[in-house]
Amino acid sequence: MKKIIALFSAFAVCVSLAGCGTGTNEAALDVSGMDTEYYSQLSDKGVELNVANWGEYISDGSEGSVDVIAEFEKLTGIKVNYTTYATNEELYAKMRAGAADYDIIIPSDYMISKLHNEGMLQDIDFGKIPNYENIDDKYKNLEFDPENKYSVPYFWGTVGLIYDKNQITDDNFGWEILWDEKYADNLLMFDNPRDAFAIAQNILGQSLNSSDEAELRAAADKLREQKPLVQAYVMDEVFDKMAASEAAVAPYYAGDAVTLMDENEHLGFVIPKSGTNLFVDSICIPKTSKNIDAASMFINFLLEPEIGLANTDAVGYSTPNKNTFELLDDDVKNNGISYLDDDFLNNHTEAFSVLPDEADKLMSELWTSIRSGE
Amino acid sequence: MKKLTSAPYLLWMAIFVVVPLFMVAYFAFTDQSGAFTLENIIKTGQYTPIFVKSIAFAAISTAICLLLAYPLSYILSTMKVSYQGTMLLIIMLPMWMNFLLRTYAWQTLLGNNGIINNLLGVIGIGPFKLLNTNGAVILGMVYDYIPFMILPLYTVMAKIDKSIIEAAEDLGCSRIQSIIKITVPLSIPGIISGITMVFVPAISTFIISKMLGGSSNLLIGDLIEMQFLGNSYNPNLGAGIAFVLMIIILIVMAVINLIDKSDSDDKVLM
Repeated sequence: MKKIIALFSAFAVCVSLAGCGTGTNEAALDVSGMDTEYYSQLSDKGVELNVANWGEYISDGSEGSVDVIAEFEKLTGIKVNYTTYATNEELYAKMRAGAADYDIIIPSDYMISKLHNEGMLQDIDFGKIPNYENIDDKYKNLEFDPENKYSVPYFWGTVGLIYDKNQITDDNFGWEILWDEKYADNLLMFDNPRDAFAIAQNILGQSLNSSDEAELRAAADKLREQKPLVQAYVMDEVFDKMAASEAAVAPYYAGDAVTLMDENEHLGFVIPKSGTNLFVDSICIPKTSKNIDAASMFINFLLEPEIGLANTDAVGYSTPNKNTFELLDDDVKNNGISYLDDDFLNNHTEAFSVLPDEADKLMSELWTSIRSGE
Repeated sequence: MKKLTSAPYLLWMAIFVVVPLFMVAYFAFTDQSGAFTLENIIKTGQYTPIFVKSIAFAAISTAICLLLAYPLSYILSTMKVSYQGTMLLIIMLPMWMNFLLRTYAWQTLLGNNGIINNLLGVIGIGPFKLLNTNGAVILGMVYDYIPFMILPLYTVMAKIDKSIIEAAEDLGCSRIQSIIKITVPLSIPGIISGITMVFVPAISTFIISKMLGGSSNLLIGDLIEMQFLGNSYNPNLGAGIAFVLMIIILIVMAVINLIDKSDSDDKVLM
């Protein structure tokens, strides 16, 4: 009997522990500039909003920053269920599996056109998003959404090489460094097919959107040739590994590089002169969403200049919001990584578009065979 | 009455064990449009080296777990009963922490600039390449799964009637002889369930190899994960690989059980 009581009380302790919420320390946010009447439309309806975003891709209240989700909840009374994913493909897989009913997703360009082609996105009613006018015209009418119907730009950026200044003293290098025997077992590589292929394609002088079988196979051979030199295939693990000098060089997204370099003086970033991938991550509403008003409100909130500023400061990516850009510090505007000159952007960057099904399938298969080969 | 009380469990098993198994089988034998195909199973053949590697890693880890856990469980079972609980608690303590975190901790321990290499550097040796090696993956598996070996072994050994061992020693058995002739045969059920509980999760692990194995240590679990969570989305192939893996595990388990049976036939019991 004693044992049963002990078991029972252990169970009770577990339950009561689970019931305790953790306190949050909220940074002050000035909401005076915002249209509180607009944001209070759904306050008493007990609405929940399912948001899926990239990891480390929003200001989350750490280190005294603004907790954007908490502020949104406070302002609107809408409960946000926030989840993250590490790659576009992971998001796609979760949506295809039907396990997730997201109201807000933030995929990249090529994935947006893929989702749109497969009828998984719904058109956005911009009448419900007054702040859409804050978006710079440069980031409207992009290839993946030529008529601005189903996406709202969130951040954009480029891909480059993060390197350890203690191990590589000369910053005059390009993508080829990832094939340099000197850095065998000392370099990291993207763990997703599209970004990995893009680097090989850039070296081979192919278009990053090539759907030609021979070209894709050539790129795969290039990646296979690189494999013995690769220490590990990683995504967000780059942060820890590069910060701890576990590797000399790793390709990654410019925004994350800015964040990393803020905290680690021994790291540098190079955008190869031969060109790179320009990506735009945009906010979309999947067809499965049932809370379109709340979703629109969330998008509008993200487009508030101050919220955009908090997010830009936190994630380090480049903002497409012209009112946010005005609020940025000059040293961010001119750091040479986040905001590149128009000439380079126009002539040496290429955005991804969706690949035809055949090429997409081939790339997936080639990638599996590269990763699984000896 | 017996039937009635077991109904909820049967229902639970049916919904959460049998149905998912059939779903795996369904996906394994269909293509993306839902038509019947054997392609997924045939394609699995391409990954034979990965299957072999996964089985080898799991077998080595299981063997190391058994070698480490057996003497420990024996010592534990011969201790004063009041100490046994405390010792068991100490062994179980790391398991209170999420296993991802424990594996992650090995990353910081084993890295080129990790704690071990830094300490070795102080006395002037190294750095050694510890992380991203086969050894690191096996270490991770052993570390994460060894409690699953200790628990069944300890439970079985603690239950062995001490009077049998005393009788053996009375009749002239040495300590070693009594271990070999009495304890080992009587603890075989524990060995079998320990092997099962370590081998099965080890063969299908994906996160340990991903975190500690580096670029060339893709295991079968990673391959399956790639087909579902993203990097190369093909749930049918993933189900095909999972299906083949299940059959392999089934065969291994059948063989182990066979050993169990043949052993129990000529047990030393009086």
